[in-house]
Amino acid sequence: MSKLGKIARRTFLFGSVAIAGGVAFGVYKYKAPVKNPLLNDLADGEAGLTPYVKIDANGITLITPRADSGQGAYHVQAAIIAEELDVELDQVRIDPGMPDKAYYNTALGGDGAPFAPTDDSFGANSTRVVMDALMKFLGMQVTGGSTTVPDGYDKLRIAGAVARETLKAAASQKSGVPVADLKTANGAVQLPDGTAIVYTELAAIAATLDPVKDVTLRDPSQWRLMGKPTQRVDIVAKSTGTLPYGIDFTMDNMVHASVRTNPRRGGEMLSYDASGAEGMRGVQQVLPITGGVAVIADNTWRAIQAVNAIDVEWGAAPYPAEMDGHWQTLSDSFNDDQLDSRQKDEGDVVAALDSGEVIEAEYRAPYLAHAPLEPITAVVHVQDDRVDVWTGTQIPRFLQTNVSDITGMDYDKVFIHVLMMGGSFGHRLEARVVKEAAEIAMAVKGTPVKLTYSREEDMTHNDTRQIAMARGRGTVKNGQVEAYDLGIAMPSVIASQMGRQGLSVPGPDTQIVAGAWEQPLSIPNYRVTGYRAPELGPISSWRSVGASTNGFFHDVFLDELIVAAGADPMEERMRLCWHDPSRKTLETVAEMSNWGSELGPNKGRGVSFCMSFGVAVAEVIEVTNTDAGIRIDNVWVAAEVGKVVDPVNFENMVQGGVIWALGHAMNSEITYSDGMVEQSNYHAFEGMRMYQAPNIMVAGLENGEHIRGMGEPMVPPAAAALSNAIFAATGQRIREMPMNKFIDFV
Amino acid sequence: MKLTVNGTAHEVDVEDDMPLLWVLRDELGITGPKYGCGIAQCGACTVHMDGGAVRSCQVAAADIEGEIITIEGLGTPDALHAVQEAWIEHQVAQCGYCQSGQIMAAASFLETNSEPNDADIDTAMSANLCRCGTYPRIRAAVKTAAQKLNGA
Repeated sequence: MSKLGKIARRTFLFGSVAIAGGVAFGVYKYKAPVKNPLLNDLADGEAGLTPYVKIDANGITLITPRADSGQGAYHVQAAIIAEELDVELDQVRIDPGMPDKAYYNTALGGDGAPFAPTDDSFGANSTRVVMDALMKFLGMQVTGGSTTVPDGYDKLRIAGAVARETLKAAASQKSGVPVADLKTANGAVQLPDGTAIVYTELAAIAATLDPVKDVTLRDPSQWRLMGKPTQRVDIVAKSTGTLPYGIDFTMDNMVHASVRTNPRRGGEMLSYDASGAEGMRGVQQVLPITGGVAVIADNTWRAIQAVNAIDVEWGAAPYPAEMDGHWQTLSDSFNDDQLDSRQKDEGDVVAALDSGEVIEAEYRAPYLAHAPLEPITAVVHVQDDRVDVWTGTQIPRFLQTNVSDITGMDYDKVFIHVLMMGGSFGHRLEARVVKEAAEIAMAVKGTPVKLTYSREEDMTHNDTRQIAMARGRGTVKNGQVEAYDLGIAMPSVIASQMGRQGLSVPGPDTQIVAGAWEQPLSIPNYRVTGYRAPELGPISSWRSVGASTNGFFHDVFLDELIVAAGADPMEERMRLCWHDPSRKTLETVAEMSNWGSELGPNKGRGVSFCMSFGVAVAEVIEVTNTDAGIRIDNVWVAAEVGKVVDPVNFENMVQGGVIWALGHAMNSEITYSDGMVEQSNYHAFEGMRMYQAPNIMVAGLENGEHIRGMGEPMVPPAAAALSNAIFAATGQRIREMPMNKFIDFV
Repeated sequence: MKLTVNGTAHEVDVEDDMPLLWVLRDELGITGPKYGCGIAQCGACTVHMDGGAVRSCQVAAADIEGEIITIEGLGTPDALHAVQEAWIEHQVAQCGYCQSGQIMAAASFLETNSEPNDADIDTAMSANLCRCGTYPRIRAAVKTAAQKLNGA
C-alpha cells in the first residue's frame, strides 16, 4: 500500500472513507463517522458531498472551518480542497460554514500530547491517536497552535477527491460513459468526446449517490495549486477596502454598545455614577454588566464617549498591584513544591555542575498584549427562538456554550457566524467580548447589539502573554558545552485561559517548558525544569505561547555557554544537534548568511535555533552598532515544515513572524501599576514600525516527514538571535526583554 | 452639515466634534477607513481631504474642508489605482486591516515624491502601523507603485 493510500484509509471522513480501527484501544467509539453538518439544511438540488464541499445549480462552495485572522487560512484551505476537486479558486465561493463538531481540529490534540515532536516512537504516536480522538470527542473546532495546514493537509485533499469522484459517478450516470473514461478540470467533468458537464449541473444527481469511498490522492508532482505561487483569494478585497471585517458588520435596527470593566482585572465594580453619560446625545441605555458597565447608543463613537463619561469606583485586583510583586512571585517559584515538569533530564547534571566552574544567568520576559489592529467586536441578536452572533473568533464552539449559558437559549439554537478578523495573534481565543455583548443584548431582546471595544479598553483588558523568568546554570569543558540546566518559572497559560472557560486541565502544563525541553540537542548533561508560578495577571496564548519566552531563554543561555567554551556559535549548535532535519536548518542559514565571513567594524552576527510546534527554525541576525544605537540589518530564516503548501503566504508569514517577535522584544511590554495596565494605546505599545524593519530572507525546507504549520514557530528564535547578535557586536549580553531598557535601537 | 465623499454629496446631522472617521463609518456606511487607535498612532483611518492624507480620527466634523476621498474612491476592484495594483502584485496584505490606510498614505506620499528610496519610504510610512509585519512587502509595493505612476 502506498503512503497516500494508507493516509486515505486511516483518515476520518464523513460517509465515504472508513476509519481503520485498532490503532489504539479504548477509543473506538469516538472513531465512528461524524454527521455531515451540511446535510442539516440543504435545499433541494444541493449536494453536501463532504463537510467541506457544497454544490448546487448556482455554484460550488468550499467550507473552510479554520478561522482567518490574516494568516491566509481561508485561502490555503480552499487551495487544498480545490487541488483535488479540480476547480479553480475563481470558480468557488468560500464560506467558513457554521461551527460543528465535524470540524474538530485533529492536529491540535496531537500537539497536546507530552511527547517531543521528534519522537516517532510507537508510544508517542499511539498517544497522539488517543489525543486526536479526544479532540474529536470534544468537537474542538479551534483555530490555533499553527495547526490549520497540518490538520487539513490530508482531510481537505480527501474531501476534494471524494467530491470529485462522486461527481464523476454522477456524470457517468447522466452520460452513460464509464467513470474510467472521465476526466475532471475547471469545475467540470469532461467526456471523451470533449463535452464538459459542469459540476453545478451534476449536483442534483450527485446528491442521490453515496459518496465514492475509494479515492487516491495525487502525487505532489501533479499539483496545480499546492506548492505553487497563487494569488490569495482575499487579496483584491484587502487592497481595495472592500473586505468586510467583524467591526464592519451591520444590521437593520442595530444599536451600538461600548463597555468599561474593572481595569484591575478580575476585580469588582463597587459603584458607578452614570449621570454624566445619560444626557449625552444618542445614548439609549446605561446598564451594569459583569465586572463593569455598558452604554447602548445610536453609533459607535457616541457609545464610547458616553461610557468614558461614567464615573466608576473599581475594587482591588486579585494579583499584586505593582510589577515588583509579579517578579518576586516568579522568583519565589523556583522550588520543589512548584516543580511542574522535568521531561528533559539526561546525564548527571548535578554531578557535572559540582565538578566544573558554573556559569549562571537569569532571564526575564514581560507581559505583552496581542493588540491586533482591529479592536474586538461582536454583534448579538437575541430572538425568542434563536440567538445569532457575528464575530471574529478562533473558538466558535466555546462561544456557543458561553452564549447559551448567558441567554438560556438551547445550545443548538445559538448560531455563531465567524467573520474575517483584523489580526488576532491569539487574542480571539477569548470569549469576553461575546459574553458581554450577549449580556447587553439580553437587555434589549429583539434588537441586534454591536459591541465595539475602544482601543484603550481592548489594550488594558488584554489577556496578555505570560510573564516568565528563567535561571540557567552550566559548565563547559574542552571547548564544548558540558552541562546545561535551565529552570523556567511562569504561571500556567493553559490554566488561566481554560479557567475563563470554566475548565480545569489536569497534569503538568507543557507550555511552561515548550520551546526549551524538546530541543533536539545532545548535551552530555542536560536538564530542563518547569516551575508553575501562582496565577498572576490574566494570561492567554500569545503567538507561540510558552515558546515565545522559552525560545529566548533556552537559546541565549546556550549561546552564553558556547561563548564561554570558546566555540563558534554556529558550529557548536550544529555539533550538538542530533536531528538531521533540524541541523539542516542551521546549515541553511549558515550558508544564506555567509556565516564566518568577515564583517565590517561595529557589526555582529547572532544565530539561534528553536523547535516549537514541531517546526525546527534557525535564524541568523546581523546588526550594526551605530552612533544612534543598534540597527538590525539582515535576518535569515530557515524553517523545516515538511511541505510549503502556499509559498507566497509562507514568505509573508515568516517575515511577519520575525517582525512580530523582534518588535516586541526590542520595544514593548505590558506593566501593571495600582493593579492596572499602564499602556493604554499604541503610543505606549507599538511593536515594530517600518523604519526598524530589517531585510528578511526566507527558506522553507521540506526534509521532514511531517507537515507543519508556520504561523507561530518563526517567533521563538528571533529575540535570541538578536540578543546573540548584539553581544557579538558590542560585548553586552541582554537577558531581559524589552531590550530597549538596556540598549538603544536606531 | 454637508460633505462630499468620493464624488457624492452628503448631508449629516452630527456633533461638531464627531471625528470624520465615525461620520464615514457609522453615518455614511463607508467602512474602508478603519478604527484602530483613535489617537493618530496607527494610520488605519487615513483618507485624503482636499488632496492630502489625513487621519480621519483626528478631523472633527466641523473642520472638514474640501472633498474627502476614501480607499473606495481611490480605485475599485474593477478599476484599480496604481498603488492598489502594486499592493495586489506584491500580495502585501495578511489580515489587511491596516492596508486601506497604508495605501491611502502611500498614494498621497507618491504625489510628493515620485522616486523614493528606502529611507524616504520608511520616513513616510512609519506612521502607519502594521501589526502583522508586512513592512518588507509595503516597501516593495511602494517602489512598484512609483514606477507605475511614473510610466503612466
